[in-house]
Amino acid sequence: MPFQRSNDVARKKRRQGQSEYFFDYSLLFIVLFLLGFGLVMLYSTSSYEAAQKYGSSTYYLVKQLKSTILGLVGMMVIANIPYHFWEKFYGFGYLISVVLLALIIPFGHESGGAKRWFRIGGMSIQPSEIAKLCMILFLAVVICKMGKSIRTMKGFLALLALPLPIVIMVWRITSNLSSAIIIMGIAVLMVFVASPDYKKFILMGLAGVAGVALVVFIIVNVANSDTLNYRGGRILAWLDPEAYVSDKGYQTLQALYAIGSGGIWGKGLGQSMQKLGFIPEAQNDMIFSIICEELGLFGAVAIILMFVMLIWRLMVIANNAPDLFGALLVVGVMGHMAIQVILNIAVVTNTIPNTGISLPFISYGGTAVLFQLAEIGLVLNVAKRIQLKEV
Amino acid sequence: MLERGNRTFHRKKITVVFFLCSAVLFLLFLRLVYLMIAKADYYSGKAVELHERERSIKAARGRIIDCNGQVIADNKTVCTISVIHSQIEDPEEVIAVLSRELSLSEEYVRVRVEKYSSIERIRSNVDKETGDRIREYDLAGVKVDEDYKRYYPYGQLASKVLGFTGSDNQGIIGLEVVYEEYLEGKPGTILTVTDAKGIEVEEAGESRIEPISGGDLHISLDMNIQSYATQLAYQAMETKEAQSVSIIVMNPQNGELLAMVNVPEFDLNNPYELPKEASVSENGEPVELSAEEKQDLLNAMWRNGCINDTYEPGSTFKIITAAAGLESGVVTPESTFSCPGFIIVEDRKIRCHKVGGHGAENFVLATMNSCNPVFITVGLRMGAETFYSYFERFGLLKRTGVDLPGEAGTIMHDLENIGDVELATISFGQSFQLTPIQLLTTAASIVNGGRRITPHFGVKVTDKDGGLIQEFAYPVEEGIVSEETSATMREILEKVVSEGGGKNAYIEGARIGGKTATSQTLPRGSGQYIASFIGFAPADNPQVIAIAIINRPHGTYYGGQIAAPIIRQLFENILPYLGIMDYNGVVTE
Repeated sequence: MPFQRSNDVARKKRRQGQSEYFFDYSLLFIVLFLLGFGLVMLYSTSSYEAAQKYGSSTYYLVKQLKSTILGLVGMMVIANIPYHFWEKFYGFGYLISVVLLALIIPFGHESGGAKRWFRIGGMSIQPSEIAKLCMILFLAVVICKMGKSIRTMKGFLALLALPLPIVIMVWRITSNLSSAIIIMGIAVLMVFVASPDYKKFILMGLAGVAGVALVVFIIVNVANSDTLNYRGGRILAWLDPEAYVSDKGYQTLQALYAIGSGGIWGKGLGQSMQKLGFIPEAQNDMIFSIICEELGLFGAVAIILMFVMLIWRLMVIANNAPDLFGALLVVGVMGHMAIQVILNIAVVTNTIPNTGISLPFISYGGTAVLFQLAEIGLVLNVAKRIQLKEV
Repeated sequence: MLERGNRTFHRKKITVVFFLCSAVLFLLFLRLVYLMIAKADYYSGKAVELHERERSIKAARGRIIDCNGQVIADNKTVCTISVIHSQIEDPEEVIAVLSRELSLSEEYVRVRVEKYSSIERIRSNVDKETGDRIREYDLAGVKVDEDYKRYYPYGQLASKVLGFTGSDNQGIIGLEVVYEEYLEGKPGTILTVTDAKGIEVEEAGESRIEPISGGDLHISLDMNIQSYATQLAYQAMETKEAQSVSIIVMNPQNGELLAMVNVPEFDLNNPYELPKEASVSENGEPVELSAEEKQDLLNAMWRNGCINDTYEPGSTFKIITAAAGLESGVVTPESTFSCPGFIIVEDRKIRCHKVGGHGAENFVLATMNSCNPVFITVGLRMGAETFYSYFERFGLLKRTGVDLPGEAGTIMHDLENIGDVELATISFGQSFQLTPIQLLTTAASIVNGGRRITPHFGVKVTDKDGGLIQEFAYPVEEGIVSEETSATMREILEKVVSEGGGKNAYIEGARIGGKTATSQTLPRGSGQYIASFIGFAPADNPQVIAIAIINRPHGTYYGGQIAAPIIRQLFENILPYLGIMDYNGVVTE
């Protein structure tokens, strides 16, 4: 069979002068656009603070540019390694995640009150970013190996239980609830796609919504912030940021000021006021609010549409992947991107309580962009295996 | 390879995931629409509020100018030193320099320098030279802002009249308070856009609203007269070892006050400095005063006795009794009386100051003698109701309306409580109290032809270039006594000076009218007296009226002997000055 097909393709290639395999230029273009746009916005957002803090307005830009270039190189390398090559590393990847996360305890670098990074050379590396990629690979392989047993309750529960150690480690060790949520979300989406069932997931969704509602209800009724922990306070600040303006509501409120100041057309590139220290480290998680302020609703919608297109391309590739493994890899990446974009915008617009989630390809963060590009490299390789005839 | 059936449900599920994500993103888009369109004004307004810092620019306070155009309250440039916490680079240096240059304690400066606030004032009203010196250090985070401070070139002259301003340039007492709205001006603002640390964003520029200077207040006070009257008052206070001496000089025709002296005065440029006696005890040790005690002493020092305090007028009040008696017709200048040295009212024997009595005398002579039994008789003839109605008509029971703060009212018996004894004592100026300004104003209104005038200082407000902003008009009530009564009163009172008890106020060649008084301080029986004299000139057409009150003199305490000479000396100097009498002693009309 494979032999015969390659003959067909070879004929086609001769006839149309096309390459043998599909290369998804649309996806590449979308990613490059987001990266380029991200760098422009990163410079606009960070230059004032960088100049004040480090004496160089391009301090953050240069660091991010280095990671981006490294990431693009990595992406092209990975795009040319057949994705099945990674299959055998799934257990290793899982193990590596566990080990790296455990190593945070003795060797982690603390910044901003949380221990999340390793500092190696001049770079800081965030194990939770590595864990996301490893989890996608791990689940894709495990699901393929399980075959039909995924349809049993036991298989289903086993799949949901497998990511839990990593999720709990990310949450407890690096006190990074958002990354833990993202990893769990990726896992759920992958299991959702792999399993033919709907009912379980609808029930899970409803249970989740009910659980969240209950927690919020309890916190609001306690409403005594002294007895609440850190996150409880964040939920109160979410419901009424103006009442908590001096601490937990500050960042959210400042982001809302930025978004509201943008209006339809924005103040113009570089004209943000809120980036002048009002939103601390705006180039990180809050960069979307500066995009809104400078480019207005128009710019924000453009970015959201770019992300929708990114997810759409990932869907097309997943749907046409040559095998379940490839499809699941792409679904994992798709879930990762989608969850992160949604949660980031939701946080910035105070739709959900404040928790640190970066905007893929745009927020400042070396490890994140490196691994996001590695994921895209993986997807590009899956896309390459798509035979044009079938597209 | 995916099996056919599997593949279909996988595809379907992947598509579901995509549409779920897109749907959520669409909801977030709607949220953005809400925030960026519906709430745009609200949030951008809040943001602008956050970004803009307002610095106010003080408006120059209007000056106070006397009737000769002399500036008596002016502004001088002073500096306000403040620190901006976030801009300070070397806090130790800042603390050292500021505490040294401003002679403040290090802790005081440290607390303010280390306080986390956008701008913290260290000290205001620093003189310009010190401000310039601090500016030369060029310390990051230290701001030297220039503004105006009130300055009184005449120091303590008319201190209780002019008043002074506080550190925020707002009037605290005196004319500075009453004319605050004209003097204060409107502060301007500098709006700057700053980043989160309060550093100005240069590209954003600044918008400036210029301050509007306050208007210049022109007052009727004549600093030359004030100055001379103050000298006389101090002289009397010292020679008589009196507690205080007050002199008011007024134009009886329109109520313009030419001088108002209350010695001891205080230094307007250092209004919070207590006199030495109050801050140092008898053995020379500095007295520890509580904040409250100090404030009480300051309030006492700032008090304008002519307006804020009442006293028992004594015989000067006979002007009012006489006018009421003449007006009501119970007495004429020719009416004759006999004074045995006392009079019995109900069961009381009220003595005349001349123990042997004045014998037979007509009303004019009785006034010249300041004969108590005669005035008691006049009062009793009128009866309480009539007498009281004249008080009301003369405006004696309401405040004069002088343009100074805190005028005290007249403390008079209620009509229903006035029995014959009260009526008798009121007739010669006892058993009730009024302010010196009230007495002077009422006397002026009786001798000026019967027009109740409003005593005042404020004449007009102009802008810096002299353009008129506001001219003040004061109420005048016509006909409180008839012109005839007024003329009679002038004649009688002139006789008091030329031939009667007020002869110590007599000036050769000038026609002076007046009335003396010697009253006891209240509560009675302390052996302390108040000597006073009201005089006016020219007697036939009064252009100036003055009262001198010596409070608790030692030695001689008769008004005719110690207060009348003050008015004489005053008139000797100011009548020629005012053009009422030339220097050769010839009266000019």
